[in-house]
Amino acid sequence: MSDSPARIPVLRMGTEYESLEHVEVCDHADGSVLALMDQANAGIVRRDLRGKANPLREMTVARLLEICAEAAERFMEDELPPAEGEATQSPADYVAALSSSSGLPHTLCRANMDKVRTVLSKMDEVLRGLTRGMDLGLLDHGVGEQGGVAVSLAPNTDRLGVVLPSNSPGVNSIWLPAVALKTSVVLKPGREEPWTPLRIVRALVAAGAPAEAFGFYPTDHEGAAAILAGCDRAVLFGDERTTAPWAADPTVSVHGPGHSKVVIGPDESAHWKEHLDLLVESVAANGGRSCVNASTILVCDHGDEIAEALARRLADLEPRPADDPEATLCAFANPAVAENVDAAISREVEHGAEDVSARLRSTPRLAEHGGGVFLRPTVVRCDSPDHPLARTEYLFPFTSVVEVEAEALAASAADSLVVTAVTRDPALTRALIDDAGIGRLNLGPQPTTKIDWGQPHEGNLFELLYTRRAI
Amino acid sequence: MDRSETERETGRTPAGAAEALDGHVREIVRRHFSEETGTPFWIAWAREAGWDPAEEVRGFEDLARFERFDGEWLKSVPHEDWVPKAFEGRPFTIFETGGTTGSPKQRIGWDDYKVDYEEFSNTLDDAAFPRGGYWLMIGPTGPRRLRLAIEHLANHRGSACYFVDLDPRWVKKLIAAGDTEQATAYMNHVVEQAATILEQRSVDVLFTTPRLLEAVGERLSIPDAGITGVFCGGTAMSPQVLRFLVEEVLEGKVALVPTYGNTLMGLAAHKPGFADEGYSITYHAPQPRAVLRVVEPESGDVVDYDEWGRVELTTLTRELFVPRFLERDEALRRTPCETYPWDGVGEVRPFRGEAEGIVEGVY
Repeated sequence: MSDSPARIPVLRMGTEYESLEHVEVCDHADGSVLALMDQANAGIVRRDLRGKANPLREMTVARLLEICAEAAERFMEDELPPAEGEATQSPADYVAALSSSSGLPHTLCRANMDKVRTVLSKMDEVLRGLTRGMDLGLLDHGVGEQGGVAVSLAPNTDRLGVVLPSNSPGVNSIWLPAVALKTSVVLKPGREEPWTPLRIVRALVAAGAPAEAFGFYPTDHEGAAAILAGCDRAVLFGDERTTAPWAADPTVSVHGPGHSKVVIGPDESAHWKEHLDLLVESVAANGGRSCVNASTILVCDHGDEIAEALARRLADLEPRPADDPEATLCAFANPAVAENVDAAISREVEHGAEDVSARLRSTPRLAEHGGGVFLRPTVVRCDSPDHPLARTEYLFPFTSVVEVEAEALAASAADSLVVTAVTRDPALTRALIDDAGIGRLNLGPQPTTKIDWGQPHEGNLFELLYTRRAI
Repeated sequence: MDRSETERETGRTPAGAAEALDGHVREIVRRHFSEETGTPFWIAWAREAGWDPAEEVRGFEDLARFERFDGEWLKSVPHEDWVPKAFEGRPFTIFETGGTTGSPKQRIGWDDYKVDYEEFSNTLDDAAFPRGGYWLMIGPTGPRRLRLAIEHLANHRGSACYFVDLDPRWVKKLIAAGDTEQATAYMNHVVEQAATILEQRSVDVLFTTPRLLEAVGERLSIPDAGITGVFCGGTAMSPQVLRFLVEEVLEGKVALVPTYGNTLMGLAAHKPGFADEGYSITYHAPQPRAVLRVVEPESGDVVDYDEWGRVELTTLTRELFVPRFLERDEALRRTPCETYPWDGVGEVRPFRGEAEGIVEGVY
């Protein structure tokens, strides 16, 4: 890859388009321009989405699985051009660019790369999980049998709109199965992370997928809304403010904050030390950037000891250079965000909470390292599950430890993307099982961040894309 | 008389234009501030201010002695106080501003809009805007000066105009409430009415906003409907949006004339040949009747060429004197051009500092 800024184009359902407007994708530390990203005006998005062509519909699932498998390797190994006719990007270039704009250390970039590869290469497994073991041939024929029962499927859309965030490349694994499910995709990349979705598209096309199946529209708020409104089904990532207008729309699968939690039942709280590794992993994996990272730990007692021990363990995580193999913390792509988060935590701990990490270390929460701005891991001890810090997740290793009555544990764990339940208590287990507001329930000592591709945890893409009809 | 003197006389050079402007400023200020012809509001203002603009203003630079025109005056001062003596006894028309930055302002007028739009007519190409054809305006009618102005412009060119109304204040409310469903339904309602006219009648010229133009283009092929010329304005048009409208919505077959205007100024014309300049639009005020400057708001100094600043309007007609009114917009200051030898305003858009509070919507 050359030293001059890369060009990130608009892909108008396969056709590359050079816009008159672009935004700069910059290095988070020194502000140098890594790429000029073309911007599609909303009118272009609306115009392109008026067409309904879906070249994937005529392809067999078997062929699409082959393409995905080949794309997995191409994504990992190939030199792929961000824009046609321009310098190619090697895997190492990709990791460097991704790290530079998003603040993720190379270690986490590679881990997320591997996550994308896994989903592409094991797409048959992923589809089995999404369809709960359905014969995938049903997607080709539309009618068939499942468990001796006649089944018919109808696609809800030809195109899946996806409005992506910038926090972690791993989120791309959520829309990827759409391709194997014969649905074209219309992607809006995040401001600081266009690299991964574009590289995936290039890899899929290189592997034989029709280019016309892919829209890639860097665009503004109006353009994002045009994608959500113009596709019959869509996936939207964002904070509560971004997602609120679409929360009640059944055609939009909203991926907001996860509010994931670890619950330690009354039967296990005396053994909390045994679960410290699980807590560290749940809070700090992937730099704390994922919606599956635990932002709250609910216990009946030993709250102070747990908070202190966790804070001591997390205090070992210090900002390091991006290419350090030991790096685990991410720099903030926008330093102002880190400053605002830092100020918000300092403000909120004044009332009914304590920053345990701050007490144990001599360094401030906000740190500068190598020009990047970081937040050091933070464990706060809150006196109530209703404390604002017990209900907030941030994009760094941050968690609250809250003591509640044993009877209130299940209720306090409601509305969580992932709950890890460290308990054998039958009543607590049952109450958690019966809570439909929990997206994924880990029964037993597994980190909240552990992902099983056979068990989709955040909405079910297959159910979003297809309707099972009576036949 | 050598060539440069001739040009100066006719205002075809920047120096000539500036000289012509100074003369016009003297005349207009004298009219609004003299006891014989003046405007009650300004005569009272001068008494209070303790200086006599009628005598002391010698040219445009002297208008810096005025504080910025306060838009609130157009909401509260009785209309009679804005009637120059020369117009006493003549019934006036009340025009309202769009109301995108708060409650609407009113200005009164008589012939200004006719003069402004007749002058603008001279900038139009007869092939794209044929004399004697039919026009369709899709946009705010109601209390807007624009509605009468467009009809007058059409009539002035021997044409007649159909109208489809759009109430921007209702759109503003819908968008502010996040009611995209109703906003879309309302836009569809407007576009359907326009499409009906285009399908049933032979129309040559469209006047509408960028978003509505796009929406009409989604409903039907605009060139196939017989449209040869389009005026487009009312909301910001970035170079990319303009290119999209020209290349895709109008299919590269219809002349597009971007417009920038408002109730206080009249209509600014664009510098021809924007496609050769990366679709970056530069507007030039109908000087000397109105002057647009791009300024640093605190000091009031003009910014350097190709720098961003706030748009400042000065209106200088016999009907209305508005010194140094700070518009809601920001723009790039552009150099004079051959057609318009005075400063232009480029890539006008809502001022970013206030943009979050401004609801542009479809209008």
